[in-house]
Amino acid sequence: MNPAAKLYAEPLDIIITGVGGQGNVLASQVLGRALLKLGYGVTVGETFGLSQRGGAVMSMVRVVSQGVMGPLVPENRATAILSLEPLEALRVLGAYGHPQVVVLTNDRPLMPVNVIAGANRYPDMADLQAVLAELSSRLYWLPATDVALELGNPILANVVMLGALAASGLLPLGLPELEAALAEMFPPAKMEANRQALARGAALLA
Amino acid sequence: MADLSKLMPGETVLLQGNEALARGALEAGVAFCAAYPGNPSSEILESLADSAAGAGIYAEWSVNEKVALESAAAAAYTGLRAMASMKQNGVNVAQDFICNLTISGSGPGGLVLITCDDPSGISSTNEQDARFIARLADLPLLEPATPAEAMAMIKFAFELSEEIQNLVVLRSLSRLSHTRAGIVPGPLPQTRPKPYWDPKVNHATMPVVPLHAKMHEKLARAGRLMAAAGFNSYEGPQKPELLIIASGSSVLYAAEALQLLKAEDKAGILKLGATWPLPEELILDHLAKCGRVLFAEEVDPFLENEIKALYAQNAGRLGAKAFFGKATGHLAAIGENTPGRLAAAMARILGLEWRTVDEAYAKRSAELLAKLVPPREFGFCPGCPHRASYWAIKQTLAVDGRQGLVSGDIGCYTLGVLPTGFRRVNSVHCMGSGLGISNGLGQLGRFGFDQPVVSVVGDSTFYHSALPALVNARWNQSDYVLCVLDNSATAMTGFQPHPGTGRTATGQPGKQVAVESVCQALGLPYAIVDPYDLAATQEALYDALQQGGGVRVLIFRRLCALVQGRQGGHPYRMRVDAEACRGENCGCNRFCSRVFRCPGLTFDQAGGAAVIDEVTCVGCGVCAQICPAGAILAEPRKEAAA
Repeated sequence: MNPAAKLYAEPLDIIITGVGGQGNVLASQVLGRALLKLGYGVTVGETFGLSQRGGAVMSMVRVVSQGVMGPLVPENRATAILSLEPLEALRVLGAYGHPQVVVLTNDRPLMPVNVIAGANRYPDMADLQAVLAELSSRLYWLPATDVALELGNPILANVVMLGALAASGLLPLGLPELEAALAEMFPPAKMEANRQALARGAALLA
Repeated sequence: MADLSKLMPGETVLLQGNEALARGALEAGVAFCAAYPGNPSSEILESLADSAAGAGIYAEWSVNEKVALESAAAAAYTGLRAMASMKQNGVNVAQDFICNLTISGSGPGGLVLITCDDPSGISSTNEQDARFIARLADLPLLEPATPAEAMAMIKFAFELSEEIQNLVVLRSLSRLSHTRAGIVPGPLPQTRPKPYWDPKVNHATMPVVPLHAKMHEKLARAGRLMAAAGFNSYEGPQKPELLIIASGSSVLYAAEALQLLKAEDKAGILKLGATWPLPEELILDHLAKCGRVLFAEEVDPFLENEIKALYAQNAGRLGAKAFFGKATGHLAAIGENTPGRLAAAMARILGLEWRTVDEAYAKRSAELLAKLVPPREFGFCPGCPHRASYWAIKQTLAVDGRQGLVSGDIGCYTLGVLPTGFRRVNSVHCMGSGLGISNGLGQLGRFGFDQPVVSVVGDSTFYHSALPALVNARWNQSDYVLCVLDNSATAMTGFQPHPGTGRTATGQPGKQVAVESVCQALGLPYAIVDPYDLAATQEALYDALQQGGGVRVLIFRRLCALVQGRQGGHPYRMRVDAEACRGENCGCNRFCSRVFRCPGLTFDQAGGAAVIDEVTCVGCGVCAQICPAGAILAEPRKEAAA
């Protein structure tokens, strides 16, 4: 099967980052499944060693019209960064950013324990937002956790962000394809919350 | 994981490398699978266990890697296809058996060992290259580059093993095991042989010398079969300026690096998938066509050194060559490869310009990152019983005042070496070695050593390899306190069951082996404490420290907070009483956040008081016990299951 739509970039390299436990790997799987179904060549590289112990985590979703890519996005070559935590967006920009990169980030900080302990400082939120804007071509600074809390569960922030990504014009797909991929992974009882999260995420870009 | 026996043949599905290996094994007709959990290998056996009923196979979490491989070998002796999967460290555990198995041979059923190596130690205590085992034990070695190739290779591995009647090693890497790609499953076999071991047949290592010779013959025969299997190939110009010899994930990195450099017309890639024994003819053929060679592999210079040795044998007719790789510093001897690292090495050799990004951007982003981005330390999860356990250990050793030592072990609680465990762990090595270290320290009193000794070990590690050291300590009356941090799960690797849980890999009830029953059998004094109850835990540990005379055991029992989260959560809603918290004026110097370091308990600089992060806090209630002002309140959550 050949994919219908031309990709935003070839390869389309999306890095999903955040903190262990935020549902980063799940988001990359949903995206990967949806794109595979449309006939694209998809490679999803997951880095989750100590992920559930509060560390930074990263998944790389690599999409091509044809063929297979390696699991690692080359340094400074990400098409877009989808971040579930704003500080992690900046961390990933350092290694994978370039002037044309697009950044979508949740605006809710998760304090590293070393910051909580007073050993380091978390940057001022306005500074962080300004720097992310400076180092990218487009920045979407999104209240994904706030939306998720309104929907009743902060863990939905990853699905809210996926909804926003779908509305950004970077993907050759829309909400129905993401919803179908989510439905493969969640029982029907959990799908209503996921549907709402996708829609609310997309609405953040409207 | 999903039941892989339900996948539709011919229908593309997004599978993780480890799932591709598992599905490939099922398609090859594997009957017996055993493993000990360890990332990045855990999902192989997990998905096989979840497919066991559907595929009619046996899948077990064994107590350790050696038992796993021995059990699989037994099945192979009866004619069944069998496999054991493990992380690189596990190969060390199984090594003694492997080095004897290769002499006895593996019998009529195919026997495959999968090792998942972890370059950069993403989830490991080392970045050991387990390919050494293929050379050490003269075993055929396969190194897939993609999930699809992993699936094809494992099928070949079973055939090869049956052909030569010896173990075959397949080496995966984190970036392969944990990569998802579109995979097209094939059909599953409908039949398998009835297991039978002819009692007239022996599988033993004697006579050693003739069997050693046979082992060499097997490897040579394997080499011929592997050369014809289609896993080695060359892509590039007829006479390249640079020959890149690559294996594993580095094959893809090398191809991408050449694209980035637009140097596809200058360099060619000799992809090696069947790597040991070396495909000598193929390699010599390509060496003859090119004067410069770069090796792209992870972690050790395995191919690099072996191919240079092969070249030395043939240097007379091949003439002078320049070799580049880890030995010359063109690629790092540590850490994993990346497309960028390979591009930089190629550019340097070929004299090309290479920059990953515009210089001004690189400079500016480096500047901003250095200024703004703090590290993100690993730490115990909110509500983790280990944080409470180490708190109790730290406080008690401080009260005891004799400069007590703690030897650590392998699991989540290894993080006790970091601030999250208050840096209260003095040594960490391999599975079970904490008890060995304590055993030694516990004998030094005779030389005037007067520091109390505590050993911490997790429940799964306790069964894996702590038992022999514990028996030794009991026998020789070593003087230490063993704290078994029992969270009722192999939490670090994904909550797999172990003998203490009484469940097996497939979720069936097994016979539980409780830690306390082992203590009873060994005649060891023991007590069970709940680490969430800090005062009682500290008191029990203090008493144990004062006792002296042989090993005493404290079982710190409290379910992993993540498992508890899935089972209805914790009982409390935490709150800071803003009136009672005096913040910077308290005199406690922000004790709760500065020292206790729970991600759910933060400090609001602007408000000048501690504050609970509602998104992160799980409500375990432990921090309420440490606030000197009593300002942290644990209020029962209405909807909670206690």
